[in-house]
Amino acid sequence: MEQSNVAHTDHFDPTASKLGMWLFIFTEILLFGGLFIVYSVYRYKHPVEFHLAHLELDVTIGFINTIILLVSSMTVAMSITAMQLGNKKLSLILLAITLLLALAFLVNKYFEWGAKIHHDIYPGSEFLMSLSKGDMLFFGLYFFMTGLHALHIIVGMVLLSVIFVKVKNGSVNQNRVSLLENGGLYWHLVDLIWIFLFPLFYLIH
Amino acid sequence: MGPATYNALFTVHGLTMIFLFIIPGLAASFGNFMIPIMIGAKDVAFPRLNLFSWYLFILGATIILVGIFTGDGPPDTGWTFYAPYSLKTNTNVVLTVFGAFVLGFSSILTGLNFLVTIHRMRAPGMGFFRMPLFIWSLYGTAWIQLLATPVIGITFLMIAADRLFNIGFFDPAQGGDPLLYQHLFWIYSHPAVYIMILPAMGAITEIIITFSHRTVFGYKAIALSSLAIAFVGYLVWGHHMFTAGMSEIARLIFSFLTFLVAIPSAIKVFNWTATMYKGSISLEPPFWWAMAFIFVFMIGGLTGLVLGSLSTDVHLTDTMFVVAHFHYIVFGGAGLAFFAALHYWYPKMFGKMYNKKVANRGLLLLFIGFNVLYFPMFILGYMGQPRRYYDYLPQFATANLISTIGSWILATALIIIIVNLLRARKGTPEEIDDPWGGRTLEWKTQSPPPLENFEDIPIISHEPYDLISKQRVDGTK
Repeated sequence: MEQSNVAHTDHFDPTASKLGMWLFIFTEILLFGGLFIVYSVYRYKHPVEFHLAHLELDVTIGFINTIILLVSSMTVAMSITAMQLGNKKLSLILLAITLLLALAFLVNKYFEWGAKIHHDIYPGSEFLMSLSKGDMLFFGLYFFMTGLHALHIIVGMVLLSVIFVKVKNGSVNQNRVSLLENGGLYWHLVDLIWIFLFPLFYLIH
Repeated sequence: MGPATYNALFTVHGLTMIFLFIIPGLAASFGNFMIPIMIGAKDVAFPRLNLFSWYLFILGATIILVGIFTGDGPPDTGWTFYAPYSLKTNTNVVLTVFGAFVLGFSSILTGLNFLVTIHRMRAPGMGFFRMPLFIWSLYGTAWIQLLATPVIGITFLMIAADRLFNIGFFDPAQGGDPLLYQHLFWIYSHPAVYIMILPAMGAITEIIITFSHRTVFGYKAIALSSLAIAFVGYLVWGHHMFTAGMSEIARLIFSFLTFLVAIPSAIKVFNWTATMYKGSISLEPPFWWAMAFIFVFMIGGLTGLVLGSLSTDVHLTDTMFVVAHFHYIVFGGAGLAFFAALHYWYPKMFGKMYNKKVANRGLLLLFIGFNVLYFPMFILGYMGQPRRYYDYLPQFATANLISTIGSWILATALIIIIVNLLRARKGTPEEIDDPWGGRTLEWKTQSPPPLENFEDIPIISHEPYDLISKQRVDGTK
């Protein structure tokens, strides 16, 4: 994955580290794949409740967050290209923008979750326990899946911050760009998972 | 011993043996040592990631051990953590499943590392079909580790979340589906059996080839059967749930796929036999271990077919028959192969030789003890003794007594074998770069191998088991 053999200058193999990163991304997709299976089974069992429960979610915030993540995916890709072309300063600026967008996503998420919890909708709450089984499962899945995704956002932010420092001190440079590329790949993955979560929870009919 | 203690004991036994010994035993430990050296590389592709996965393994193991000794007592759910009981019991389930999750992460990173290593680090001239067969089996294993482990990871996280936040994924009272848990659990845990047995088969293949002093029979068939087992093994999880409430069609398909796995397994056994045919066999301890493996693995495999067919499974499911079958495969198969590999590569790893006579006697005793211990369980299961009960009816007493005697023989044998290996550690280093006349790359460097394995990276110009490669080594020495 991202900690490829950077220290061993004698066998630096960008192809290997990219292959490793792709395999790792594959396991992440399978991790969420398990949740998608659970989601589909329960939605099949409780179609009406799932539809009614999704009306409680704030599509506007979800939409804004989708835009934020898509733009951040673009900026990280641009940062990689800038680095490949040797423009270190631009690359750093674009990375910083990506990190700010990620933070904005989390702030949005905080307010969204906060509103739900304020309305007494959270796993195990008395109010939620009084609703139907489909509602309980919908909100259980909602909190679990978006929570796990938010955790991935945080991991991605840590990763990109480390890369930011490494770009700054020059250990990631025009000739050794694979760590930055792999960080970008991870960020695209985080984005991609959200692209699935958004319609599944906010837009279903 | 009360029922609660008994439940905790078999749970902890399953957890430690499966997650801490037999899954990492052959694949991770021998894989880490042998993959780079057998493909002629200095190290694995990502050495630091490798170290990280080792730390994760220790962390996961520690968490599980802490989970056993703290809180409201060790988990008593069986190693399967079946919902909804695993959601309701008061014992320390959350910590234990979290430990297993960390171990899974370690296993994924190891598999990933092996895959990249095999793809990128092979010595010049070593195409995929010039790799030793142990590497082929580890290649299949690594794919299973990568593709199956995430599913159990997320399932364990869901169990933990169910308990901590009362979400109810698998709790019928809240709309959850316990059967869904079983599906998710076995999607990993059946392929996990192949994480145990595939490297075992690979090690046995190496041993049989070396001690037959013949080139291997059916190289491509053995190599591809490893991948076939990995692939089909991914799709047979439903056979753990024949009586749990699946549709008739699903049960038929899963039963059919289960029978399919027997084909690549049998391909291996027949090719081993054909390799030995007209060979010049030297009867060294690793070879005896391999023979013991084939014997018990055959019994384990054939009784697997009994459990894989729907009608007989209904009679035998959740009886001691299952326990016997499982131990014939996992202890008799993977466990014996682990010791076979240890006896085979021991001189390579330490540059010292153990006492062969003691090793042979220990194995003989182990073989007797093993069969005395587990074979009566087949009969007990057929007679109807259920598993996971802390007591049994009087008519089962004799067979259980025989089984207990077997367990003591087995334990004695294990002590003899392990002490023999430990004592050899203190012996004087010998010049045994190639004690068995092996032909794969690990025998062409020193024992123990130097840092970065080879003085010069070898260049491969022939098939892995060609006798010509043996002659070349003899010629230069």
